[in-house]
Amino acid sequence: MEKAQDKILSEVTSGEYKYGFYSDIEMERIPKGLSEDVVRIISSKKNEPDWLLEFRLKAYRHWLTMKMPKWPNLKIPPIDYNEIIFYAAPKQRKTLNSLDDIDPELKKTFDKLGIPLEEQKHLSGVAVDAVIDSVSVKTTFKETLAEMGIIFCSFSDAVKEYPDLVRRYMGSVVPYTDNFFASLNSAVFSDGSFCYIPKGVRCPMELSTYFRINSANTGQFERTLLIADEESYVSYLEGCTAPSRDENQLHAAIVEIIAEKSAEVKYSTVQNWYPGNKDGLGGVFNFVTKRGLCKGENSKISWTQIETGSAITWKYPSCILRGDNSTGEFYSVAVTNNHQQADTGTKMIHIGKNTKSTIVSKGISAGKGQNSYRGLVKVLRNATNARNYSQCDSLLLGDKCGAHTFPYLEVDNQTAIVEHEATTSKIGEDQIFYCNQRGISTEDAIGLIVNGYAREVINKLPMEFAVEAQKLLQISLEGSIG
Amino acid sequence: MLVINNLKATISGKNILKGISLKVKPGEIHAIMGPNGSGKSTLAAVLAGREFVEVTEGTVTYLGKDLLSMSPEERAKEGIFLGFQYPIEIPGVSMVNFMKTAVNEHRKHKGLDPLSASDFLKLMREKKEMVEIDSKLANRSVNEGFSGGEKKKNEIFQMAMLEPRLAILDETDSGLDIDALRIVANGVNKIKRPDNSFIVITHYQRLLDYIVPDVVHVLYDGRIVKTAGKELALELEEKGYDWIKKEVENSILA
Ligand SMILES: Nc1ncnc2c1ncn2[C@@H]1O[C@H](COP(=O)(O)OP(=O)(O)OP(=O)(O)O)[C@@H](O)[C@H]1O
Ligand SMILES: [Mg+2]
Repeated sequence: MEKAQDKILSEVTSGEYKYGFYSDIEMERIPKGLSEDVVRIISSKKNEPDWLLEFRLKAYRHWLTMKMPKWPNLKIPPIDYNEIIFYAAPKQRKTLNSLDDIDPELKKTFDKLGIPLEEQKHLSGVAVDAVIDSVSVKTTFKETLAEMGIIFCSFSDAVKEYPDLVRRYMGSVVPYTDNFFASLNSAVFSDGSFCYIPKGVRCPMELSTYFRINSANTGQFERTLLIADEESYVSYLEGCTAPSRDENQLHAAIVEIIAEKSAEVKYSTVQNWYPGNKDGLGGVFNFVTKRGLCKGENSKISWTQIETGSAITWKYPSCILRGDNSTGEFYSVAVTNNHQQADTGTKMIHIGKNTKSTIVSKGISAGKGQNSYRGLVKVLRNATNARNYSQCDSLLLGDKCGAHTFPYLEVDNQTAIVEHEATTSKIGEDQIFYCNQRGISTEDAIGLIVNGYAREVINKLPMEFAVEAQKLLQISLEGSIG
Repeated sequence: MLVINNLKATISGKNILKGISLKVKPGEIHAIMGPNGSGKSTLAAVLAGREFVEVTEGTVTYLGKDLLSMSPEERAKEGIFLGFQYPIEIPGVSMVNFMKTAVNEHRKHKGLDPLSASDFLKLMREKKEMVEIDSKLANRSVNEGFSGGEKKKNEIFQMAMLEPRLAILDETDSGLDIDALRIVANGVNKIKRPDNSFIVITHYQRLLDYIVPDVVHVLYDGRIVKTAGKELALELEEKGYDWIKKEVENSILA
């Protein structure tokens, strides 16, 4: 029996095949570099309405006044924005690379993820388009969903078909002035997903988008907007991979979630962008702004993330708990192996009364990986009876890696109860040997131990996704011991 | 089954095993006794393939093969089971998941298909009953928060699940109350067959009332200094180790 996530994977990765992109796909790109003209070109290529162009331009002009944030505990090499191509769309091009051109490590990974060989070939450079092709996953269910009034489409389509909704909500949670990368995204975003769940509707299936990064030198800037109207429910999944390249690639996405009164949104991510090779060459810079607004009372937003990929991850899925009795949750597993760096965590902003938040962060560092948890719990003056529970655990494999915890706490209301727990542990040789002695190989033992450690978070994922996440955790740590 | 010949081993350069020879035949139960620090656990560690013990001399043949060249997991899959003196906790890893992985690795090694979930749970239930382990323990994470005695019983449970050809039990009896001791001993007796063997490391004769050994060895300062029938255990219980130590010293002087 095929697992749902395998299906998603193979569906997306074979998408071009289905839609005739299999051969001769080439990217249409605009010249590299960023300027007001480039912003205008992007907007016009997408036939956007004026208000959206205005939004982009304001964002661009604001971005010019900003600087890269220095506070993350990351070593980020300088990024030359004039070397990045900001718009690329699929068009014809002649058949590329043979199978042999793929990084053998990546090949192995795909083998292990159960993606057949032909699809690997596909991924080697042409699969690029799968990001745009993520539509294919969505369209599978589009009609069924539409019967319930659920809108699930690409961001570009939403701009055309539901301009009012987009206009009302876009930028309402993450304003274009929010931060350096959010401003950049607001100026040049290419596409992404849009989702609207109408009042009182429980979305009957998991919605998922599978992102794949574009071809060489191309930045990836997608935007997701998810609106859950009153008393609705949706569980949303996001998966991502990228081909291996020696140069770094920039991914700066925005995800905005709005939960109206009594709505519940579960947003799960399995992030597996190319992490760079063993020596730290290449890999995706993953600078993402994800934020949810619990707008109405009794609303709830949960973020669950399994972060195994990317050379550098900078990401703080957050919740603004504005509605009374609203709830925010953040469950995270972040892996850094080899030379990977991650500075990730969350912000829980308690504004409404009786708001609750839970943070469970599990960092796993191996190789020379550096893993930082950075979390802010902020309780505003009127947030009577706010509750937060934070748990930040770090697991170290080997002694060349690092784990760091930066909890920030700002409490302006006396009635708040905020708890924070942190632990650091090591995978012991004793544990591995104990498994070995029962016939379990060291690799499988690490997989078992790490998955045991991350279980609390993995349990939050939808079933089929959890299985994939477990495999991924194990694969991403292979070769990290012994 | 197992032939150890003049085995010498060091830990961080320190000589711990100083020439051990031992032969275990199928169906035999050997008891190893000896004062603290004499090298009993080190011997078990060498047999199981622990890396920090360095074998400097000697050979170990198991079922006709060179044991020392095999990886720990190969040894396990070839039927060597070590009941740890200090079982390890693995937080978050359920016993079910752990044992399923282990059992299926053993099956794969034998060319068998993995057990289905329901067959596996059935096997687990059977073995739980056989070794009288509390059902709840098997639903928890591996050894996490288990009491000392519970950990030891859990070792016997795992042994029952994996049906080893050669089980080495390192002080599985210490820390057990009388009932648990009986349970552990019964477990061993139920698993015992004419074609599998046990090496039981213990300090107490009382275990040997339940598990009757064919041979008793005394390990002292990295050597087997005495080998005899089960009556040796009684003698040791009565007289302690001093007389053996003296014997050894005299023989060195002589
Ligand atoms: N990891 C280690 N590092 C250094 N020395 C060790 C290590 N393990 C064991 N030793 C030493 O090796 C010697 C033998 O220890 P071992 O554990 O084999 O004894 P034992 O006979 O099992 O004792 P006990 O009856 O107390 O369990 C002791 O002197 C001990 O200190
Ligand atoms: Mg010992």
